Amino acid sequence: MNKRKQITFEQKKRNLAIMFIVPWFIGFLFFFINPLITSLTFSFNKLDVTNNGYTLTWAGLDNFKFAFTVHESFNRLITEAAIDMIINVPLIIIFSLFLATLLNQKFRGRAFARAVFFLPVILASNIIADIESTSMMTSLMSGDDSSSFELLKSVNLEIMMLESGFPPNLVEYLTGAVDRIYAIISKSGVQILIFLAGLQSIPASLYEASKIEGATGYETFWKITFPMVSPLIPIIVVYSIIDSFMNNEVTELINTIGFANINFGLSSAMSWIYFLLIAIILAVSTGLISRKVFYNN
Amino acid sequence: MNSQAIAAKIKNIVWSITRGVLLIGLIFVVIYPILLKAITAVKHKDDIYNPVVLLVPEKFTLDNIKHVIEVMDYWQTLFNTFALSSVTMILQIVACALAGYGFAKWKSKWSTLLFAGVVATILIPPQTIILPMYLTFQNFDFFGLMQLFGADKGFNLLNTYWPFILTGITANGLKSGLFIYIFRQFFMNMPKDLEEAALVDGASVVKTFTSIIIPSAVPAIVTVALFSFVWQWNDTFFVASYLPGMQILSNELLSLSSEVGVYVTQGMGLGYDEANDPFYHSMLVGTGLMLAILPLIIMYLFVQRLFVESIERTGIVG
Repeated sequence: MNKRKQITFEQKKRNLAIMFIVPWFIGFLFFFINPLITSLTFSFNKLDVTNNGYTLTWAGLDNFKFAFTVHESFNRLITEAAIDMIINVPLIIIFSLFLATLLNQKFRGRAFARAVFFLPVILASNIIADIESTSMMTSLMSGDDSSSFELLKSVNLEIMMLESGFPPNLVEYLTGAVDRIYAIISKSGVQILIFLAGLQSIPASLYEASKIEGATGYETFWKITFPMVSPLIPIIVVYSIIDSFMNNEVTELINTIGFANINFGLSSAMSWIYFLLIAIILAVSTGLISRKVFYNN
Repeated sequence: MNSQAIAAKIKNIVWSITRGVLLIGLIFVVIYPILLKAITAVKHKDDIYNPVVLLVPEKFTLDNIKHVIEVMDYWQTLFNTFALSSVTMILQIVACALAGYGFAKWKSKWSTLLFAGVVATILIPPQTIILPMYLTFQNFDFFGLMQLFGADKGFNLLNTYWPFILTGITANGLKSGLFIYIFRQFFMNMPKDLEEAALVDGASVVKTFTSIIIPSAVPAIVTVALFSFVWQWNDTFFVASYLPGMQILSNELLSLSSEVGVYVTQGMGLGYDEANDPFYHSMLVGTGLMLAILPLIIMYLFVQRLFVESIERTGIVG
C-alpha cells in the first residue's frame, strides 16, 4: 500500500515537472530554435526586403566568403575580441578568487566591502562604459598628469620590475592588468559571488585540522581552499568567456550591418562565424581545465 | 607571552593592515567614477574653468539636473523603464522557477536533452537570433494561426512590451537560461525530506509546491529577481531592437549626447560660446548618466544585505 502510494506520488511529481517545462519548451521552439534555423538560412542567402516581407536568393557560401576575404574590419575585430578574452579571463578569475578570499575573512566593515564590490554588477551597463570612455569631462577631471588617479598608473612599477630582470612580456601583462583594474573589477562581480558562495561551503573542520597540524596560511590556501573551490573554475571560465563576448566591437558590427545597412544575410553569416569561434574557445578551454579540477566526491 | 605568540600577533596585525590598504584601494577604484559623476551633476558650469576646483565644486547648482530631466523627459522615461523591468522580472521569476523545478525533478534522458537546450540558450550569442526575432515580432503570427483564420498579416508588436512579455512568460527572455540554471541547482540541492514530510501530512503535489517549495526558495528568487531587474534595466541590445521608438532609459542614453547638443543650442538661449562648449556638453551627458543609474543605486542600498546573503545560500555552487 505504502509502496503504491510512493510510486503514484513520484509519477504525479513527474507529471507536474513536465507540465512546468512545457511553457519553456513552447518558447524554446518558437523564440529560439525557429529564429536559429531562420538565421542559419539567412546566412546562406541574399535577403531582399520587399513590401510584404522579404525574398531569399540562394547565395551559397558567398556571405561567409565576403566576411572573411572582402570585409575590411571583420577579421581584425574578431581576432581582437579573441585576444582580449584570452588576456582578460585569466586575470578576472585570479582577481575574483583573490578578492573572494579576502571578503570571506572576518574583519570590520566586511558587509560594506562586499556591497561595494557587487556594485559593478548593478552598474554593468555597456552604454555607460561607452559614453564614459569618450567623455571629455572624465578626461578633464581625471587629468593627464596632476590627479590622484595617477597613483594607480604602474609606470614606476614597470621600470622597477624590468630592471630587476623580469621577462618583458610578463611585466607588460601584469602592469597592463594594473592599468585595467577598473575594467577587471567591473567584470568580476558575478565571479566573486560564485567564489564567495563556494568558500562558504568549505567545512570549517578542514581549516581547524590544518591549523592544529601547523599549516601556514599559504599552505592552507593551496592545499585546502584552492582544491575545494576548483570545481567552480569551469563554471566561472565559461561564464567569463561568454560575458566577454557579449558586448564588443564585433557584436556592434553585426548589429550595424543587420539593422543599419539592412544586409541581413551578411549579418547572420558573421554572427554564425562568431558563435562558432566562441563554441570552439569554450570547448577547448573547458576541456583543458576540467582535467585539472579536483572533485571532492 | 612567549616570543612565538608575539610573532604571530605581529603577523596578524601586518596582514590586517595590508588587507585594509588593499581593500580601501580597490573600493576607491569602484567608487571613484560614481563619485565623479555625482560631483559633475551638481557642479556649476563656471567651475569647469576654475583652476582651483578639481573635485569639490565651489558653486553648487541643480541646473544641470533640471536641464537633463527636461532633455530626457526623465520622469516618463523612468516610469517606462521601471514598468518594463518589473514586468520582465516578475514573469522571468515565475517562468524560470517553474522550468527550474521541472528540470530538477524530472529525471530522464529527455530532460537531459532538453536541459542541453537551456544551456544552448545561454551559450548562443543573442546577435545570432535577433534578426529573425525582430522579423517575427514585426509580423507576429503565432505558428501561422492568424493566416489560417483569414488575417493577411500578423500584428506588429515592435514598440510594445509584448516581445518582452512573451519571451519572459516562456522563460526565453534576457539571460533566462542562466536563471533556469540557478533555480535548477537550488531545487536539486533541496532536501527531499521536506517534500516527503508534506506528502505524509497529506498535501497534494501542487500544494507541496506552492506552500513548501516556493517559500523555501526565497534566496534563489531574490537572486534571480535582482539580476533580472538590473540586467533588463541596463539592457541596450533588446530594448534598441524591440522598442526603438520608446522612451526607455537605455534608448535615451544612446541619443543623449545629440539631444543635449540640440538642447543647448536651441532650448537655452545661450550664446554661441557656451552652446558649443564641449565640456559643458559632456557635463550634461554625465549628469544624464548619473540620473540613469541613480535609481538602481538607491534600490541596491535597500536590498544589498538581502542580496548578498541570498547569493550565498542559493547554492549556485552545487
